[in-house]
This record gives sequence, structure tokens and C-alpha cells, in this order.
Amino acid sequence: MKTKEETFYHALEFRKDLCMGCSHCMMKCPTQAIRVIDGKAELNPNRCIDCGECFRTCPYGAISVKQDDFEKIYNYKYRIALMPSVFTAQFPDKVTYPEIYKALLSIGFTHVYETENSVDCLVKPYNEYIAKSEEKPVISSFCPAIVRLIQVRFPTLVDNIMLIKPPMDATAMYIKKIFEDKGIPFSEVGIFYITPCAAKIAGIKSPATDEESLISGVINMDYLYNRIYREIKQNSFGKDSDEENFVQMSKQSLYWSLTTGEVRIVDTPHKMAIDQINNVIEFLEKVENESIEDIDFLELRACYQSCAGGVLCAGNKFMTTDRANKRARRTSPNSVENVDWEKYADYIESNCLLTGKVEPRSIVKLDDNMVEAMKKMKRINEINNLLPQVDCGICGSPSCQSLAEDIVQNNADMKKCIFVQKILQQNDKLGLPESIDLMKQTWGVGKLDKNLVHEIRDEIEVDKP
Amino acid sequence: MHFEYHVESGDFINAGSTSSAVKKTLKQLNVDSSIIKRTVVALYEAEVNIVAHAYKGTIYVDIDQEAITIRLVDEGPGIPDIDKAMEMGYSTASPSVREMGFGAGMGLPNIKNNTDRMSITSKVGVGTTVEIYNKLQ
Ligand SMILES: Nc1ncnc2c1ncn2[C@@H]1O[C@H](COP(=O)(O)OP(=O)(O)OP(=O)(O)O)[C@@H](O)[C@H]1O
Ligand SMILES: [Mg+2]
Repeated sequence: MKTKEETFYHALEFRKDLCMGCSHCMMKCPTQAIRVIDGKAELNPNRCIDCGECFRTCPYGAISVKQDDFEKIYNYKYRIALMPSVFTAQFPDKVTYPEIYKALLSIGFTHVYETENSVDCLVKPYNEYIAKSEEKPVISSFCPAIVRLIQVRFPTLVDNIMLIKPPMDATAMYIKKIFEDKGIPFSEVGIFYITPCAAKIAGIKSPATDEESLISGVINMDYLYNRIYREIKQNSFGKDSDEENFVQMSKQSLYWSLTTGEVRIVDTPHKMAIDQINNVIEFLEKVENESIEDIDFLELRACYQSCAGGVLCAGNKFMTTDRANKRARRTSPNSVENVDWEKYADYIESNCLLTGKVEPRSIVKLDDNMVEAMKKMKRINEINNLLPQVDCGICGSPSCQSLAEDIVQNNADMKKCIFVQKILQQNDKLGLPESIDLMKQTWGVGKLDKNLVHEIRDEIEVDKP
Repeated sequence: MHFEYHVESGDFINAGSTSSAVKKTLKQLNVDSSIIKRTVVALYEAEVNIVAHAYKGTIYVDIDQEAITIRLVDEGPGIPDIDKAMEMGYSTASPSVREMGFGAGMGLPNIKNNTDRMSITSKVGVGTTVEIYNKLQ
């Protein structure tokens, strides 16, 4: 049997055919999950948290986000688009909500639900959970990249993660119930989530607790944006029916996926919202040191501007936030009339707790055995002290510290450091061919092609007197 | 393993950097997370006490597979009545320290609650030494 760690799903795919081995992604990765080997970026699946920073930074489009084949929706009689509100917020103002809705039906969906439909029913469970919890601060489980970040980098905080289904899963549960109540077997219902990021996909395909997701597939938001926009341009769906008839969600539902969306619904005054992965890491360091007191609830999101800044969002994150805010302001403060909340609110409220537990998967520990870990730590420090602390990445590891760790964990050779090479060469301890070989091991043959000398010579004119 | 850190009086900005470094080490050593938490809380309080009440100090950290022993040695006014200082809520913190959110008189009791063993020795006008001991297994 495979262990959970081995089957840990990642939506990010590194394409060797497009990768230039530029190391931008390696330098940006907040969990040091990437190395450059043989001229290509390689991902360590145990360290990756699917935050998508690599995808954002790659200049060559060599990182893609795996989605399900759109045709997969036709495996189901009832084809549900589960759409986060940041999707509609990306379209320019001239595109209306009814048009988007009709376009979704026109490309093959039979029903459209907004992800945040269940938010009103999560308010009570949220507040009860926070009030009862002994581990403070309670940390929201909304953003799957944050849950994974805590598992790998802040394992002491796993028990602080709130075990409540995020709206995506709560709404899926609610949709299932609606169909079952109509006598339709769930096997005929396919729920397809339109995702703004890689993390949600990873969260659906391998959930943080052992609870299986009800979502049948994922469609990337950038792909669907193009498809829907085109559909609207090529048809005349009419802007006639007014917005109110399309979706009616409460203000709190519409604010939810934006930064401070969750702290809004939490009663305690001791709460904070933090977005952007590096800000979150900086703050969690403090939380872990126990040097931050009196916070009951933390809303943490991996992306700047939360889901409006998702890596698969087509629109500008500020414009998207603005449009989402405007929609929320237009909406009446209370919840929806066209959904039978009376009947389903109780159901959602009493079934929204996540079963199981979030397990730590520390990437920080050097060894399971403490004595071994101590030995390794000592060696890492010794090696690190010999490295130049330039963090240039030429060795194929993101920093001198990382290289030292890689060496001790038997994943690298100290001679990969260009400074170490030069020191050895000065003492005739390393020959030029070997040094070039070492560089080629990391950066591939192309960048060090001997024959480039002709072009280079023309440029720098070395032969001129 | 042995580490040493220096602490300056009045430097609230960096108060906590030693506990942060020790936490990082314990995480790398795969120490149980509840022990890490307890140790870090105790160390943080003792570290802040040097910043708040003494002039300067050195923190000596020793880790072996059995236990972590931390000695915080400071030059400072010393503590005239240690028993009293250990009481919950007892504090001589100045108003400016209280403004920074310290001075509830909970530090020393908190250290006691989060350690397997602690001891304080102090000489008025010279300084204070706080020793903290937690088993790691
Ligand atoms: N290193 C020290 N040097 C001199 N006096 C100290 C030292 N540590 C503690 N004290 C004295 O003991 C008292 C109680 O310390 P304790 O840490 O319990 O409370 P506090 O520091 O005043 O407030 P808190 O720790 O809750 O912010 C202090 O007010 C101070 O008078
Ligand atoms: Mg104190």
C-alpha cells in the first residue's frame, strides 16, 4: 500500500520541454521545494504546497496547472458548474452576470451554483468552533495552500487548523442533498469546480483529512474565462433578465473569498486576516513562538488579495476585488430567498465539520531519530560556514543553507558550489574539465556549450590588440 | 550541542529571537511539538525579562538527546525577593514597559508551568540567573 505521502497530489506540472532551467521558480519557492538538475527545474513533491508561486514567476510558461478534460462533464446527466464568485468578477463591467450564466449553460453545464452559497450556514458553526477550541488561534482551513504550509513548515500548529468544510465542500454537500431529495442518484450528478488556483485542485484531489471530496472534477478558471468570453461574444444571450434573478447571495457570502471575508463573520474581536504566502509565513513564525497573544481566529490566504489574486485568475487582482466589492455592496444584507434555506440550513450546519485530522508532514526535521538529527545538524552548520552565503543558486539549490542540507541528506555534492570549485582550483585540487562537468550536471550541456566561443568572441572582441 | 545568544536591555524589537532560533533547532531535531511549545514559551518569558528588567545578558543553550538546558545569565538589578517575584501577578514593570504589553506579572509563573525544572539565583545589584530544564523524550 502506498503511504499518504507518496500519493500526495500536486496540480503543478513542470514541463521539461519548455523549461529553460532559469531557476526563477527555485528562488521564489517558499518551501524550497525546487532544485535545478541537468538544466531543468525539479519539484520535490513532499515539500510542495501548491501555492503556485513558481507558476506565477516562470517566464517561459513551463509550469502548468493540471485540470480535468472538459469533456469529462458529459459523463454525468446533471452537470454542475460550481463557480467561485471571483470568476464572474473578472469579466469587464460590460459583461453581465446573466450572460455569464447563460454562457455556462450553453457550453454544456445544466446547473450553475456559486461556491459561496453555503456561507450563511457556516457562520454559526464557525463561531461555535472558535468559542470551543482549546488551540488558539484557530486557523482557517479555507485556503488549501495554507493548510499544507502548516503541515510541512509549522507542524506544531496542525491542531490549530479549523476542521470545518470550506464553502466549496459545504456547497457540494448541499448540492448532493438537493439532488438526492429529488430522487436523483448522486452518481448522475457531476460537480465541477472552477478553480482560481492550483491549491484548490490539490485540496480536492488529496484532501488534508481523510474525508473524500464530493467534487467530480476541476476546470481551470483561465481556460473557462476564455471559453465563456468567446461564447458571449459569439452569441447574443441578451442582458435583459436582471442580476437579482441570477444569483442572490448575502453580502457576507460575496465578501468571503476576498481578504477579510472570513474575519467579517467571526464574532470575536481578537481576529486577523493576512494574505500573501510570505506574509503568512512571517506571521506564523511569530504564532509558533507564542509571542503573539490574544488572537482567537486567523484568516490566512496564500495569495495577495486572496482568491482575486489566484494564479489562474485572468483579470487584474485589484479590478477583480473592486468588481466583487461592488457586487457585494449592491446586494441586500441578508441571505437568499431563492434557495430553500429553511430546509437545508440545518443540514449544512450539522454536517459541515470535517472528519479526521490534519497530520503533520514536517519537512523541517532532519531525521526521525534525534541523535541522527543532531549529527546532521552539526554537519550542516559546519558545511554552511564554509559556503559563501551569496545564495546565488549556481549549485542548483536555492540557498547556501539549502545546499548544506542537500549535501548532508546525500542529495548534493559540496563541489557543486562555484566558490568551492574556485578554491579547489587555486590549489590544483580540481581540474577544469571536472569543474565544467559539475556545472553541466546542474545546468545542462546547452548553457555551457563550448562552441559558443565564436559568438562570444565576436561580442567581447578578446582577440583585438 | 551548545549555543550562545546575547540579549540587550530595552531591545523589545528583537526580544524573542533566541526563542525563535531554539524553536527552529528543536523542530529540526524532530522534538515532540508539545515539548517545543512549552520550551519556547518558557524561554520567551525569560528572554523578555532580561530585556525588560536587566541591563544585558547571555543565554546558554545545551541540547542532548535527553534534555534541553537553558541558562539565562544577566547583569542587572537582581531580584530582592524571589518568592514574591514568582507570585502570579507580581510585577515591578515600569509604565513604559506596560505600555508595550508586558508587565502582567505572569512571566515567571509561566516559566514554572512550562518546564520540568526551573531555578532562579539572584544577587541584588549584580544580576540574575534563570535556569530552565525540559526533558526532550
Ligand atoms: N531578569 C530579571 N532581573 C531583574 N528582575 C527581574 C528579572 N526577572 C523578573 N524580575 C522581577 O520579577 C518580577 C516578576 O517577573 P514576571 O516575569 O513574573 O513579571 P513581569 O516581567 O513583571 O511581567 P510579565 O512577564 O507578565 O510581562 C518582575 O516584575 C521583576 O521585578
Ligand atoms: Mg516577565
